[in-house]
Amino acid sequence: MSTTDAGASPTDRAKTSSDSLRARPAGFAHDVASIAGRALRGVPRDLEAVTPPIFIALFFFIVNIATLERVTQSGASGFDYTAFQMPTAILLGVTGVSRAPALVLDVQNGYLDRLLMTPIRRLAILLGHMVADVTVAMALTLPILGLGFALGVRFETGVLGVVAFILLAALWSLTFAGFGYAIALKTGNPAAVNSTFLLFFPFLFLTTSYVPRSQLSGWLDTVASFNPATYLLEGFRSLVSSGWAWDDLGKAMLAIAVLGSISMTMCFGALRGRTKRR
Amino acid sequence: MSDFAIQTESLVRRFGDFDAVNGVDLQVEKGEIYGFLGPNGAGKSTTVRVLCTLLAPSGGRATVAGFDVAKRPGDVRLRIGAALQEAALDPKQTGRELLRLQGRLYGLPKQAMPARIIELGELIDLTDALDRPIGTYSGGMKRRLDLAAALVHNPEILFLDEPTTGLDPVSRAAVWSEVRRLNEQLGMTIFLTTQYLEEADELCGRVGIIDRGRIVAEGTPDALKHSVGADVIIARVAGDAAHLGPVIMALPGIQSVEAHGTELIIAADNGSAAISPVAVALNESGAAVRELTLRTPTLDDVFLELTRTHIERADTTETDR
Repeated sequence: MSTTDAGASPTDRAKTSSDSLRARPAGFAHDVASIAGRALRGVPRDLEAVTPPIFIALFFFIVNIATLERVTQSGASGFDYTAFQMPTAILLGVTGVSRAPALVLDVQNGYLDRLLMTPIRRLAILLGHMVADVTVAMALTLPILGLGFALGVRFETGVLGVVAFILLAALWSLTFAGFGYAIALKTGNPAAVNSTFLLFFPFLFLTTSYVPRSQLSGWLDTVASFNPATYLLEGFRSLVSSGWAWDDLGKAMLAIAVLGSISMTMCFGALRGRTKRR
Repeated sequence: MSDFAIQTESLVRRFGDFDAVNGVDLQVEKGEIYGFLGPNGAGKSTTVRVLCTLLAPSGGRATVAGFDVAKRPGDVRLRIGAALQEAALDPKQTGRELLRLQGRLYGLPKQAMPARIIELGELIDLTDALDRPIGTYSGGMKRRLDLAAALVHNPEILFLDEPTTGLDPVSRAAVWSEVRRLNEQLGMTIFLTTQYLEEADELCGRVGIIDRGRIVAEGTPDALKHSVGADVIIARVAGDAAHLGPVIMALPGIQSVEAHGTELIIAADNGSAAISPVAVALNESGAAVRELTLRTPTLDDVFLELTRTHIERADTTETDR
């Protein structure tokens, strides 16, 4: 600690120039923005959290088209498999992407305790992370959309449809992130958080990821009818291929609302448990 | 509102069937440096976590800066800063980002933060490292940054939970120096837990010793030291020392004299005052003094006396059953 400066010591200067600084509640929106800002600044430092999903999404987007385009398009004239696959790629890119692994590290290294000793509202800690997740998810959809456009995909719903598509993807991502936060806050265990990818498989593969619903048969069709991702994909696809199909969009929103109500109940419950000073 | 910076009454913190803190009564004056000593698992950190509002009391009552920690935790948080046992830092943030975020969360004006960060950087001698990721800092640098984070908002009361554990002697001395300055120049109340008795002796106006969740002794370091016994003067002479005992015993302020071969063990009320007359008396008696040492009780003696006594008593009770 510096004591070598001429004249006043650092503490002397701190006393004279900062004595009037006093803590006060910063306000809920300010707290959320502060946490979101920190979480977003952490994204470029945690590229390993966002690079694999976007790589996987782009990889399977290209490979699936190359593998299945002829098979699927031969049976139905005018069926655009590239447009059909783009929503699947979006789901692969944004599902499970969240700052939950960073939050669990905060639990482990004690930084969460430091936050909890400040006047911050507990809810703002989680909401701040979620604001960052929504922002990241929207950013992740852009390269996939860019590839889709480059491969000739056009939106029947125009620019507004693209915006709606991105928002829908971000909401889905947030819904799924809720499970990650619930596990992070409940367990404080990074390995448990990483295991949330197991949830990924039934949601993304027991549905119409590769072929239209009409091509699913037997048990898979039954399972797909209960899978919220099925309705989300139909909503996405309607924006691309059918125009403003409010019925499909309504079902997609309902699917997000149902799954979201479960995941949010779980994660906010876990937050309450983690911070209630038992 | 309490007149004390920190006050607890029969404070209890229970984990299942285990009482980590079991009826602690504390009264820490405003502007005081209070040391909280105890062995591992004695309840020091649990007490701090209750006082910092991270844990709710299971029983009793605690007020910090005049506010009840259970009923008004938000008011407490605005008035305290804390550096807990493990430096609570995000290794991927830079030091500047961490301090800026702390300032934002404490509602400090945005325009005041650059200057405040410069001041804190100088205070902890980390100005050159503030733009580096915290993960690249040494243990001592992390400790100092943790302290700066606790000070961003000029808290009234600073909690330091084993602030120098793991630090090298130079860094430890630097932390001591800053703790003194914060207390003397800013009037900050400091509640400090430590396992280093020397640290408590060096810094604290009063010390409380906690063992098994209970305060077993409290007072100024000097009073505590005197409570376990007198100062001891050890004189080593050429030849048998037994015949010198009555000569020394006749001196004022001497409590007892024991001779062991060539050694005299002299207990005195005030060793510093007695050592000179003892030397003169030995010389006048014709004794060739080889060595004369004064040993005053340390807080180590207090600590060992109290905790050993406690353990022995517990063992006895166990046997009696």
